[in-house]
Amino acid sequence: MRFVIGLPFLWLGLFFLLPCLLVLAISLGTYAPDSVPPVELGLSFKSFALLFSDDLYLAAWISSLRIAATSTLVALLLGYPMAYAIARAAPNRRPLLLMLVVLPFWTSFLIRIYAWMGLLADNGLIEQFLRWSGLASNPGTILGTEWAVHLGIVYAYLPFMVLPLYATLEKLDHGLLEAAADLGAKPFAAFLTVTLPLSLPGIVAGCLLVFIPAVGEFVIPDLLGGTETLMIGKVLWDEFFTNGDWPLASAVAVCLLVLLVGPIAIFQRNQARSLERRT
Amino acid sequence: MSGRARFAFGMLAFGYAFLYLPIALVIVYSFNESRLVTVWSGFSLKWWHALFANEAMLEAAWLSLRIALVSATGAALLGLAAGYALARAPRFPGRTLFGSLVVAPMVMPEVVMGISMLLLFVGSERLFGGPDRGFLTIAVAHTTFSIAFVAIVVQARLADFDRALEEAAMDLGATPWVTFRTVTLPLIAPAVASGWLLAFTLSLDDLILTQFVAGAQSQTLPMRVYSSVRLGVDPQINVLATLVVTVAACALILSGWLTRRQRG
Repeated sequence: MRFVIGLPFLWLGLFFLLPCLLVLAISLGTYAPDSVPPVELGLSFKSFALLFSDDLYLAAWISSLRIAATSTLVALLLGYPMAYAIARAAPNRRPLLLMLVVLPFWTSFLIRIYAWMGLLADNGLIEQFLRWSGLASNPGTILGTEWAVHLGIVYAYLPFMVLPLYATLEKLDHGLLEAAADLGAKPFAAFLTVTLPLSLPGIVAGCLLVFIPAVGEFVIPDLLGGTETLMIGKVLWDEFFTNGDWPLASAVAVCLLVLLVGPIAIFQRNQARSLERRT
Repeated sequence: MSGRARFAFGMLAFGYAFLYLPIALVIVYSFNESRLVTVWSGFSLKWWHALFANEAMLEAAWLSLRIALVSATGAALLGLAAGYALARAPRFPGRTLFGSLVVAPMVMPEVVMGISMLLLFVGSERLFGGPDRGFLTIAVAHTTFSIAFVAIVVQARLADFDRALEEAAMDLGATPWVTFRTVTLPLIAPAVASGWLLAFTLSLDDLILTQFVAGAQSQTLPMRVYSSVRLGVDPQINVLATLVVTVAACALILSGWLTRRQRG
């Protein structure tokens, strides 16, 4: 047993915990463009000060949170009815319906984002459709806007929303809804007072599973967004690969982690509670 | 059917259309004559020929497959140990830390994990002169990232099944190792297998972590795809997408069929 615990413990300590501490150490160093690697170790808060004083970084934080939050909301509004319909379908149909939700997840993330590049491109099919249907006479190119980034996030993370919602909705006791109806509740009132509160753990889990990765997203804003779409994952990437400012990139990483500690803690408490309820 | 249910099923249909139309179009346009994805100019297999003649792409695919095999196997072994420890060892020093270390990589933003692992490898290069960045560093990074996914399914599976089976084996004189091999392992083997498959897929698809730790010499398939896609739409990528979707669909159908046969 000692070996069973020790081996993964050692591995994760060496390849996960230690790297995290290194990021913290580098974020406190100073940028030294002439040395390799471009860092001088020390105890300076210069990178953090820059992060909080420069409007560009502040704007990137705010727009990351905003884009992640609105995309999460859209994914919830689309995913909830989907999960509800699957949970209400005939039991022998459910595996197939669920598989259809999961299948895109097993294909490549990069390729699914790529699929939208052609659709959203200049004179692409979406633009042609908008013009043909009369929804917009001159829609302009969608690729390179924040609309495209939202669309990409909802598209990529929709399965993460549907699965936990389905898990709670499927367990819902139908008798409760009948009792509400017997007591005179209209279907919508029954939904609001019975179904919705009981599926809250699923809502919390689904929303956080979309929100947490969306905040630090890089591929989607890089491929679908334009130069004016600021997201913090892209800032980190550019600081690191383009500017070579390792301390600043590390400081961004530390801030991103601090920012996400809250949502992650809520997610884990929510999961632990659902697990308890199950046993 | 009530109005609410009709609305829900309508949304379900819309959701599937949303999920599958882009993929369907990518597949259709892999057979397009033209280079543009906005115009259909006739059926052609030329992009299929082009992809299979693309040495750089094939080499990258081969590297990705090897890395995925190694890292999924590593993650399955370490994840099996971690999941077993979490489910069967109620108390040991540092258990809380261990528990959060196991799941943390799953919720950590990938850019953060990427930069942290690169810093580790740069540090070890300075201190010990190695390892060179490439196959080994990518495989280690992917393994670390995937342990959580295996550990969680293994832990859940162990929490579900009856401990009396293990206790009975021990009462009949089996050593812990024999009990594990003959009772526990067969019961959790499906969980380990699905964890392995998930780790394999994640490794095959990972871009961000890989880009950080890959070094200058090695290029995996997602790195190649990314650098070609950044320059715009490329019909060869459509062909690749068609292949990936076909393989994923076949694998899922097969696994669905296998589970149904097991139950039935």
